[in-house]
Amino acid sequence: MNYLIELKSVTAGYEQKMVLEDVSLVINEYDFIGVIGPNGGGKTTLLRVIMGILKPVKGTVVYNEKLLRKKDIGYLPQISSVDILYPLTVVDVILSGLMMHKGIYAKMDRDDRKKASAIIEDMGLKGFEKATLAELSGGQIQRVFLGRALIGKPKLLILDEPDNFVDASFESEFYSRLRELNSRMAILLATHDVGTISSHVKSFACVNRHLHYHPSALLTEEQLAAYNCPIQLITHGPVPHTVLKKHD
Amino acid sequence: MDLSLLHYDYIWKAVLGCLFASITAGIAGTYIVSRRMVFLSGGITHASFGGIGIGYFAGINPVVGAAVFGILSALGIEYLSVKQKIREDSAIGILWALGMAVGIIFIYLTPGYTPNLMSYLFGSILTVTRADLVALGILSVILVLYFSFFYRTILYISFDENYARTYSAYVDFFKFLTTSLMALTIVLNIRMAGVILVLSLLTIPPNIAMLFTRKYSSIMKLAVVFGFAGTSGGYLFSWFTGIPTGASTILVLVLIWIILKILTAIISNRKNIKLIQNN
Repeated sequence: MNYLIELKSVTAGYEQKMVLEDVSLVINEYDFIGVIGPNGGGKTTLLRVIMGILKPVKGTVVYNEKLLRKKDIGYLPQISSVDILYPLTVVDVILSGLMMHKGIYAKMDRDDRKKASAIIEDMGLKGFEKATLAELSGGQIQRVFLGRALIGKPKLLILDEPDNFVDASFESEFYSRLRELNSRMAILLATHDVGTISSHVKSFACVNRHLHYHPSALLTEEQLAAYNCPIQLITHGPVPHTVLKKHD
Repeated sequence: MDLSLLHYDYIWKAVLGCLFASITAGIAGTYIVSRRMVFLSGGITHASFGGIGIGYFAGINPVVGAAVFGILSALGIEYLSVKQKIREDSAIGILWALGMAVGIIFIYLTPGYTPNLMSYLFGSILTVTRADLVALGILSVILVLYFSFFYRTILYISFDENYARTYSAYVDFFKFLTTSLMALTIVLNIRMAGVILVLSLLTIPPNIAMLFTRKYSSIMKLAVVFGFAGTSGGYLFSWFTGIPTGASTILVLVLIWIILKILTAIISNRKNIKLIQNN
């Protein structure tokens, strides 16, 4: 398996405050990594370093240009920060996923619209092309933004806390969709809901200023304690039951 | 129809004034309304009154003073809220009032008579000069070209700035450029509608347009059309009643909005009733 991105001893943060220290990580093709950790521990910062929007103060980020350039990364951000009332149709939101591949004079042509139609159908949003976000349900909105992340045919898909917008009924459909996508691309999923995703991801990266990579989806209390990862987790299903107390 | 009317200068002034005002206000207004910058724009408008006062005092064209103050206040609000961590609406409130106060003080300090002061506050097509029209005309062309060439870029930066930063290094540049163009639009339209009411000229037409469409480019175009209806209707109303054009334009626009809102509500009610009946 080839590597897509490698972080080597990265220290990164904002103004005077460093959030990540001496972080190393390799992302390979078809990885499915769950990025977990406490709020403020550096999950979002890590994602921004990986995407290239935040330059590390120390260390390097290496992209395997033959397989992945920065624009081959699809990004599904935390959705709550967007203005749902903005006058933009579903088609236009999804088309914005192609801006990665265009310059500032960007125009959308017939090919682009064909790609958008295909994505709209994939996401089960047929008929909603001209709708605005205000007319959609939470799950539909999430699919619009997922469509935006996927239209550029990325090699790596980054999801930042997608569970915020997913209700229980939609959950299993969402994760089976991710499983299918994983056959075509690597996935990085940041979440604080360890319990749900542990049955879907292939490995974990626990981020709390430092990063500990765990190449398996099974986590025990001892391991989380060793990684200094203060997470309360309750799991169901095929994952061993582990109910954890808060660590320091 | 008496075609000799066309020989009269003021008719042309009125038509071109209304045309350029509606183009600039329609385009800029759509941007301001969709980005929820209406309060911010109010701040810029009133802050620029400080520039009008300083212009009078310094003996330069008050519009130039207003333009400088307008852009400075836009930057000032951004600076206060981002770097000084002041709440944005507080920053706007502060500069809004400060600008007005500065303007009033310098007008008071200006010896002699301050010509056209009322027209700056309330708007008047009749005192609009050739220079004003040329400036508005050029701004119209600039705005049309700017929003044509950079349509998708501006659209998407406005909608989701964080996401735009993942693919573009120019987000701050475009935000600054567009906000400056908004400030210029506001300031140049002060002659037509007055400081007190120019904001309504920018915000009402896009809101009327949004009764009919949710597509950004269509909202812009319709806003220009409704803006023209409002400004020309306002001019006619002003011609017959003597009421300042700013106020009469706003009256006409609000009237149009109310009538169309009622009509669209009736039509969609009829549609809903039909749907219910058919089921």
